[in-house]
Amino acid sequence: MTQFFYDMGDNPFLLTGLLAGLLASLACGVIGPYVVTRRIVFLSGAIAHMAVGGVGAAIWLAAVFPETMGWFRPLYGAILVSLAAAVLIGLIHQRVVERMDTLIGALWAVGMAVGLLLIKFTPGYQTELMSYLFGNIAFVAWRQVWVIVALDVIILATVLVAHKRLLAICLDQQQAELQGVPVLATNILLLCLVALTVIALTQIVGLILVIALVSLPAATAAHHVARVPSMMFVGTLLSALVTTLPRIAVYGTSISAEPAIVLAAACLYLLSVMVRRIRNRGG
Amino acid sequence: MAEEGPVVEIRNVTFTYPPRQGATPVLEDVSLDVERCDFLGIIGPNGGGKTTLLKLMLGLLKPDRGAVRVLGRDPVEMRDQVGYVPQLSRIDPTVPATVLDIVLTGRLSRSSWGAWFGRSHVKAAREALAQTGTEDLAGRAIGTLSGGQRQRVLIARALASDARLLLLDEPTAGVDPHMEQTVTDLLHELNRRLPIVVVSHDVGFVSRHLKRVACLSRRITIHAAEEISSDVISEMYHGHMRAIRHLDECPLSDPGCGHGCDGPGGRSHQQGPEDSPPLDRPLGNSAR
Repeated sequence: MTQFFYDMGDNPFLLTGLLAGLLASLACGVIGPYVVTRRIVFLSGAIAHMAVGGVGAAIWLAAVFPETMGWFRPLYGAILVSLAAAVLIGLIHQRVVERMDTLIGALWAVGMAVGLLLIKFTPGYQTELMSYLFGNIAFVAWRQVWVIVALDVIILATVLVAHKRLLAICLDQQQAELQGVPVLATNILLLCLVALTVIALTQIVGLILVIALVSLPAATAAHHVARVPSMMFVGTLLSALVTTLPRIAVYGTSISAEPAIVLAAACLYLLSVMVRRIRNRGG
Repeated sequence: MAEEGPVVEIRNVTFTYPPRQGATPVLEDVSLDVERCDFLGIIGPNGGGKTTLLKLMLGLLKPDRGAVRVLGRDPVEMRDQVGYVPQLSRIDPTVPATVLDIVLTGRLSRSSWGAWFGRSHVKAAREALAQTGTEDLAGRAIGTLSGGQRQRVLIARALASDARLLLLDEPTAGVDPHMEQTVTDLLHELNRRLPIVVVSHDVGFVSRHLKRVACLSRRITIHAAEEISSDVISEMYHGHMRAIRHLDECPLSDPGCGHGCDGPGGRSHQQGPEDSPPLDRPLGNSAR
């Protein structure tokens, strides 16, 4: 474990990896409590997996039309498609009552299938998709750190402006509607914030596992604090913990950091459940 | 603003839930006025249209035919002046929020953008809590409250919006029997300055305070309570219970059920609000 800190001087990626984890913790720490309270973990998972379609499309476009679409990075594809998915899912969630979960489950799989298919059609061997699917915390470029900073700024600024209304639809949607909150627009705004959070976390754990970091730290925090702002604070700290410590702990071993991060988040949640049980039994 | 007119005017309203074509209306030719200082109970069997009528008053639904006016205007416009108290079971007790957080959502339509409610809103929310006797619960998580406490907090949330009318959906469902009295007394107290409409399938408990009772089972029948004696109430309630038993036996689409609310006594009711006498009980307490 100490090897990590020795090597930090020689390997700048160790620092950028840590920074990326800490910065992304802010995004998921702030947005996670809304997701857990509003019970839209499943919708968030769909957004993350549909983003794979955007990554695939971007890689395919850049490879097939290098002159015109060469500038189109997979990241842009992921952002565009995840935002579009947020709007689409927001509309479905509001308007479609019958078999809503089936439809969203289908979109979840279709988005991913499209991405994988487009990669198959892309000439050459594609490794870039892998880092989007499973994360790549070992090689975070400074440019990517700045992307996460920008996403954090957008997310925090939006929350500072709209928190009361976002919270209101999470607590009691009908009450929010009666108080004049545009429910559909606010729901879509929340899902767009989830989409940006997903993008911020992609490099850390990958689109497939992202949902663990959106939901588990916030759910763990909910065991111990009773208000959403406190959940955001505790959730951010817990996310920071699970995105850094496991990474340092498995450094130099054959264990991949990304699944280790997700498992750490799950263990923390499990531990928290047990602590709460013992505490409740004790009175 | 029509200060003199009724608080709620419902005129010949018919409502059918989509999408089934040719479906039996949930409400048929319903007319009802809620007067200032009114304390109206709307009772009737499940599926009789009670909640639908409340949603029409809130502008959450639009009538197929007829008109609904609240405080002289369109219900959607007046939403922020109507305090709505939903059924307890509609509120998720696991939400991470304190009592104050919940009550503050009643200030939302009056608050600007930003992450926090300003001091004036917090003050208004605390005053609403004080009016329902729950100010000492302000910091408690909503999930740690009893049913009766939670119900009073929801009433506080409705009051926090400076409501000029209170609508309550089944206010004693999910409340312990011995706590019902505190909720009932609170409503009686609030009725000194606010018109109140209570929807319930179990109206026995509030009927002591109710000024009028409307029986709703697709059509409406208004019972004006000339004098609120326990005698009248027990008979009306008894009649109501019998009516429900009767209604359960036949499908609601059966036109014969339209007058299911008529109790065997049936002496103090008229057909339609036009005929119903004004509140002839002296409303002196409302001037206090």
